Amino acid sequence: MKYNILVGGAAGQGMSTISTLLQKVLKRKGFYVFANKDYMSRVRGGHNFVQIRFGTTPITSHHPTLDAIIALDQSTIDNHINRLNNNGIIICDTDLNSEDKRVIQIPMRKLSREIKNPRVFGSIGIGALLKIFGISIDNIEPVLRKRFDKNTSQANLEAFKKGHELVESHFNINSNNEDNHIIINGNQAIALGAIAGGVTFYSAYPMTPSTSVMTYLSKKQQEAGILVEQAEDEIAAINMALGASYAGIRSMTGTSGGGFSLMVEGIGLGAVAEIPLVIVNVQRPGPATGLPTRTAQCDLDFVISASQDDFPKMVIAVRNPEDAFYQTVRALNLAEKYQIQVIILSDQYLADYNQTIKPYNFDEISIDRYLSSKDDIGEGFYKRYKFTENGISPRIIPSTIESKTVLGDSHEHNEIGFVDESIENRIAMMNKRMKRISLLKSEIQEPEYIGVENPEILLLGWGSTHGSLLEAVELLANESIKIGALIFGDIWPLPTGQLEYYGTNSKTIVNVEHNFTGQLANLIAQETGFKCDKSILRYDGRQLSGTDIYNKVKKEVL
Amino acid sequence: MATDIKLFESKSENSWCPGCGNFGIVNALKKAFSELDLLPHNILIASGIGQAAKTPHYVNANGFNGLHGRGIPPAVGAKIANKDLRVIVTSGDGDSYGEGGNHLIHNIRRNIDITHLVHNNQIYGLTKGQGSPTTGKGHKTSMQFEGVYADEFNPIAFAISLGCSFVARSFSADKDHLSEMIKAGMEHNGYALIDILQPCVTFNKINTYKWYKDRVYYIEDDYNPYDKVEAFKKSQEWENKIPIGVIYKEDKPTFIDRIPQIKDNPPLINKKLDPKNAIKFMEEFK
Ligand SMILES: Cc1ncc(C[n+]2csc(CCOP(=O)(O)OP(=O)(O)O)c2C)c(N)n1
Ligand SMILES: [Mg+2]
Repeated sequence: MKYNILVGGAAGQGMSTISTLLQKVLKRKGFYVFANKDYMSRVRGGHNFVQIRFGTTPITSHHPTLDAIIALDQSTIDNHINRLNNNGIIICDTDLNSEDKRVIQIPMRKLSREIKNPRVFGSIGIGALLKIFGISIDNIEPVLRKRFDKNTSQANLEAFKKGHELVESHFNINSNNEDNHIIINGNQAIALGAIAGGVTFYSAYPMTPSTSVMTYLSKKQQEAGILVEQAEDEIAAINMALGASYAGIRSMTGTSGGGFSLMVEGIGLGAVAEIPLVIVNVQRPGPATGLPTRTAQCDLDFVISASQDDFPKMVIAVRNPEDAFYQTVRALNLAEKYQIQVIILSDQYLADYNQTIKPYNFDEISIDRYLSSKDDIGEGFYKRYKFTENGISPRIIPSTIESKTVLGDSHEHNEIGFVDESIENRIAMMNKRMKRISLLKSEIQEPEYIGVENPEILLLGWGSTHGSLLEAVELLANESIKIGALIFGDIWPLPTGQLEYYGTNSKTIVNVEHNFTGQLANLIAQETGFKCDKSILRYDGRQLSGTDIYNKVKKEVL
Repeated sequence: MATDIKLFESKSENSWCPGCGNFGIVNALKKAFSELDLLPHNILIASGIGQAAKTPHYVNANGFNGLHGRGIPPAVGAKIANKDLRVIVTSGDGDSYGEGGNHLIHNIRRNIDITHLVHNNQIYGLTKGQGSPTTGKGHKTSMQFEGVYADEFNPIAFAISLGCSFVARSFSADKDHLSEMIKAGMEHNGYALIDILQPCVTFNKINTYKWYKDRVYYIEDDYNPYDKVEAFKKSQEWENKIPIGVIYKEDKPTFIDRIPQIKDNPPLINKKLDPKNAIKFMEEFK
């Protein structure tokens, strides 16, 4: 059983406090929670909302219909009432109006004044909402105590009670699960993965929707003993990170498409100088400033080919908050193993949605640095770019080995790092660098397959559509439709094994993506010759839900 | 005490023109390293792209020859990673004041402890003689056929106005003065900008050795570099008389001094890494 709630209002009305508290309370009550954000690029006003879905089984996508709305302003009612189920409820303060019988006005502001803390008005709404779903308010104090001091917790608790008393139950949902989850969004998962993966320096320039990675790390930097630096621009951000990595610490940078554009030359520097680096691109629609607070999967083509000439790089599209954590740690290890740039692609939807998931297993992860010691490099001049069997040269940390100096260079260079334009050297160096591509191919993880054993319809997706595809496939399979989906995480170099296997046997291949041209489908065609028969594409800055994909498959594919 | 200057000799081929002002800078740099009793593996020389920016190849030390205009950010990243590294940036006037101007502004603000040598030949050397930010107004170049229209950039006045904690000028043909300036800059805690008059014998036929020699003079012994107003006045001298020496100084905490998690710990390169250190952060999401 799953229900859908929307909390809406203008920026600055306290919507985010209400929605966060509500998510935490639902989680505490043992429910699975999934909450995604829809907001405008402005600090005050506009129309913003959070959709909170909760239930007794795992949830991976938002939903088009609503069971309840908490409206903090009139436009929340006007914009979303047509999505409200017939038996749904709207909770709002007495100053908002609607003829609709589903509206319940409660004097939130007036009651909050009675409690002598006007800031708790939202908790009155939450209390009422919980009652509507038949959820008790026992045992929620710890949630409050985590966020507020004693007095404020008490005031909020009183507010919950007041709200609870004011309305009747409409629904009845109950969870027997213990609350043993974490609730985390995609950007927090990347940031936590960065700390777990040994990132010691993070330099970036704020750009929505990537900023919260930096904000999280910045808040924790002292406790974690790392440095987070707001660079003067993205060019500085990547070049500082490269310098720090060259000098011996794990470094990372993050941005969105516009900032990534500025980093492009730095990616080439990292490649030719063979400096490990992880770069996060949290995508938003472009071109240029585009839609700053909305979602897209529009940078795949761009990041794969970013920076001039050929060199090995890796692109990982993270699929959900669980994946984002583990893949960040993996990216950091692979970058150092192969001395390459690893790009993590995420997007606004994943960056900002909160999901209850099981806690990360720290026994599954490790930090592997692949550094060389004095004995590995032998006597004489240290050759930073030494020719080796597999193309990986021994890497040392400058200043740690007496009389060995490390020369990083952006020109074509010889084994030491000196500029060398000779034909023989150029060919040998190019071959050396490119050798690592075949090694990378052996590291690549195949896409995740979900669905029936022999699908007639094969959906192809990547990154954040994972959750929506999961739900869509389940809905369609329940109707005995022979369907499956391959969802790519590692996307460059492109893994092709599963694709060959499922692609050859299915009748209709459909790519599902958040961009105009079908960038994954084009990449697949380029790499394998497979052509998609149909496409489900969305490029309006909003995410396809599981239900959206289900409907599109039924209407346009079947 | 001094280390053997030969330690800093590089095996790289050199691609500067005979008579280039850059040779004087490299010699002064090696002299300064030796006299400061440094060893090659404890120094990092970072640069951007240009003739001047080839310096990391021509001195044996750790080197980072990055992108045009981007000499400073990797140097800053390296200093953050290893606060014990002695970090130098060597780059051209185009690289430092043009393409990379933004990094100069903000690292002066950070007051990170690096020494930045600008080989200021008032021209783009490597790309064959186009105007740079410091090319004289009206000077005809290989690109500005009618002469440069824009006003000259005054690096000294600029740095003083930002409160750069060490601002000096020297001349590549005066090896002793230059090496003293480099030593003073390296001994200074904080951002040290040293603008070095460096004749380009091939593409700048105006600001020649003679042109500079006719104008440079040593700043008076009783000059007080801590006086910002006096320093600003000095920064305005150019056409007839060019002061060389330490023009401005300010004592203030460096970037590293301002950040407790770096200041109070061993260099970050020595930090012990363990994924389990992050478990406590995950608990907060429960
Ligand atoms: C992004 C980029 N733009 C342009 C260039 C071409 N370029 C290389 S060096 C240079 C100017 C060099 O002038 P300066 O920094 O004064 O150094 P100099 O050669 O005079 O020592 C230019 C324009 C480049 N390498 N990279
Ligand atoms: Mg120049």
